[in-house]
Amino acid sequence: MLSTESFKKIDQELEKYPVDQKQSAVMAALRIAQQEKDWLSDETIEAVANYLGMPPIAVFEVASFYNMYDLQAPGRYKLTVCTNLPCALSGGAVAGKYLKQKLGIEYNQTTADGQFTLKEGECMGACGDAPVMLVNNHRMCCKMTEAQIDQLLVELGK
Amino acid sequence: MSDKAYLLTGLNGDKTWGLADYIKRGGYEALKKILREQITPDAIIAELKKSALRGRGGAGFPTGLKWSFMPRQFPGAKYVCCNSDEGEPGTFKDRDLLRFNPHIVIEGMIIAGYAMGCERGYNYIHGEIFEIYERFEAALAEAREAGLLGKNILGSNFSFELFAHHGYGAYICGEETALLESIEGKKGQPRFKPPFPASYGLYGKPTTINNTETFASVPYIILNGGEAFLNLGKPNNGGTKLFSVSGHVERPGNYEVPLGTPFPELLEMAGGVRGGRKLKAVIPGGSSAPVLPASIIMDSTLDYDCIAKAGSMLGSGAVIVMDESTCMVKALERLSFFYHEESCGQCTPCREGTGWLYRVIHRIEHGQGRQEDIDLLDSVSENIMGRTICALGDAAAMPVKSFIKHFRDEFQYHIDNKRCLVPLELQREGSKIYVG
Ligand SMILES: Cc1cc2nc3c(=O)[nH]c(=O)nc-3n(C[C@H](O)[C@H](O)[C@H](O)COP(=O)(O)O)c2cc1C
Ligand code: SF4
Ligand code: FES
Repeated sequence: MLSTESFKKIDQELEKYPVDQKQSAVMAALRIAQQEKDWLSDETIEAVANYLGMPPIAVFEVASFYNMYDLQAPGRYKLTVCTNLPCALSGGAVAGKYLKQKLGIEYNQTTADGQFTLKEGECMGACGDAPVMLVNNHRMCCKMTEAQIDQLLVELGK
Repeated sequence: MSDKAYLLTGLNGDKTWGLADYIKRGGYEALKKILREQITPDAIIAELKKSALRGRGGAGFPTGLKWSFMPRQFPGAKYVCCNSDEGEPGTFKDRDLLRFNPHIVIEGMIIAGYAMGCERGYNYIHGEIFEIYERFEAALAEAREAGLLGKNILGSNFSFELFAHHGYGAYICGEETALLESIEGKKGQPRFKPPFPASYGLYGKPTTINNTETFASVPYIILNGGEAFLNLGKPNNGGTKLFSVSGHVERPGNYEVPLGTPFPELLEMAGGVRGGRKLKAVIPGGSSAPVLPASIIMDSTLDYDCIAKAGSMLGSGAVIVMDESTCMVKALERLSFFYHEESCGQCTPCREGTGWLYRVIHRIEHGQGRQEDIDLLDSVSENIMGRTICALGDAAAMPVKSFIKHFRDEFQYHIDNKRCLVPLELQREGSKIYVG
């Protein structure tokens, strides 16, 4: 189950769409649910489905299609670094490699203490600020030199 | 920035995005003019046609013509959608527009609603820029509060509601029918066309989709006239345009210049090639556009017609600059990985073809290329093009064909010698894409 607060937020999203199109709020609802629960378990997906009057399988399809939804628990901080070509030309891939070394993990792995998950991302529409990375989907960090990365990791408690 | 600029002029901070500042800059005057002078929808569309405004999302389709396709008299719901799902590698202009000037997009969309008889609109914003989605929500709240959105806008009998919808990590949702599916709460898989959105769009109702920058160009046209807009650029290519310059330049960023500006001028604005190296190649319109070697792009002007004549596309205006330290095989490998990752999987040629392309380029890059691989790449690309539901298939094939066309020697060298033509030392120092 989700908190009353999350359901209230989903209600606000529902107001954006015609009354007979509740399904339109599913992307926001899953995002809100993930913000509360950190990831989308089957129970959470079912709670969203019930609330929007959708078959759980339809909600699951959406959750698995868009890659910012986590269907498995990530570390406390999920770091997604853009390594697509425009960023790579300005150090995106090098930043990814540095993160791997600092954290001692490969892409799609989580540190043993459960603090960090590292992901490789596609273009985030911010290539002029490369290297670019996201912390837990919503916080974008720009021009991440090695010094900036060190600072971020200290801030996040590494 | 050019003195003819109107999209991002002087807006380099995070402080002046709000309604009060926008109004101080003359914001919402175009909307007020329309309501005050009761300018007809037909007159607005005629002005757009005169302006030669062409869609800024990639295809460059004339906006006035697109708006005229909407069955304005059709009773019932009709929608206008803004495509801010900016995910075409190299493109980062809509993010700055929404960050620094969100109300100009809102005003453009309200005018679109008025001109096409729509009472409701959605702005679909790329999930990765969630902070900007929140800012746009804040701007919408300001506009509602001020009576610029909602019932009876500014006391007129025109009503229009506008909402923000966020994506959550799927490049394909930038394709306009995938975007509609996504707003409907489904997987973002493109629809067969026809029917086109103007007859069967969001929730099956007539819908027009335009790019963020396209909407942002509309207020200027209303206030100054289509001809003034046209004169900013060149015939058939009206207005100024935002160019997102990334890669090997000293100052990556967005530059607003008139269409028709010579490429070397833009390069100079961006500080020239990084470290004073030699320019090797430029992708002028986002990663889906064919690459052009330095000799061709340096002789080109930045407008739809000239870039098309040069063999590429102006696309979204994302200019990806690569200098002499770049291994073209490595560069293409990364792009092909992207298209394979992002194929929605509906059509066999795209789903299988993008994977095949990636695997072949990967093996060439890793010293396992076979003599027949270059021709194989060409023929796989050929077999994807024109055989898919949406343009992602072509978008994956065009870079491959153009990289081979202009840099075939480098691919051949890789196959023959099992290593890069560009010395690794130079790559490490310069291009940065080699992470060895
Ligand atoms: C794979 C793919 C991705 C696209 N991504 C975008 C995008 O991020 N933003 C955009 O405005 N148009 C994008 N387009 C183009 C849209 O389908 C559509 O043509 C455009 O939004 C129309 O607006 P315009 O006429 O104002 O350019 C994409 C097309 C394809 C095939
Ligand atoms: S071309 Fe590719 S992305 Fe487009 S609909 Fe077909 S499979 Fe999906
Ligand atoms: S390529 Fe990394 S943000 Fe665009």
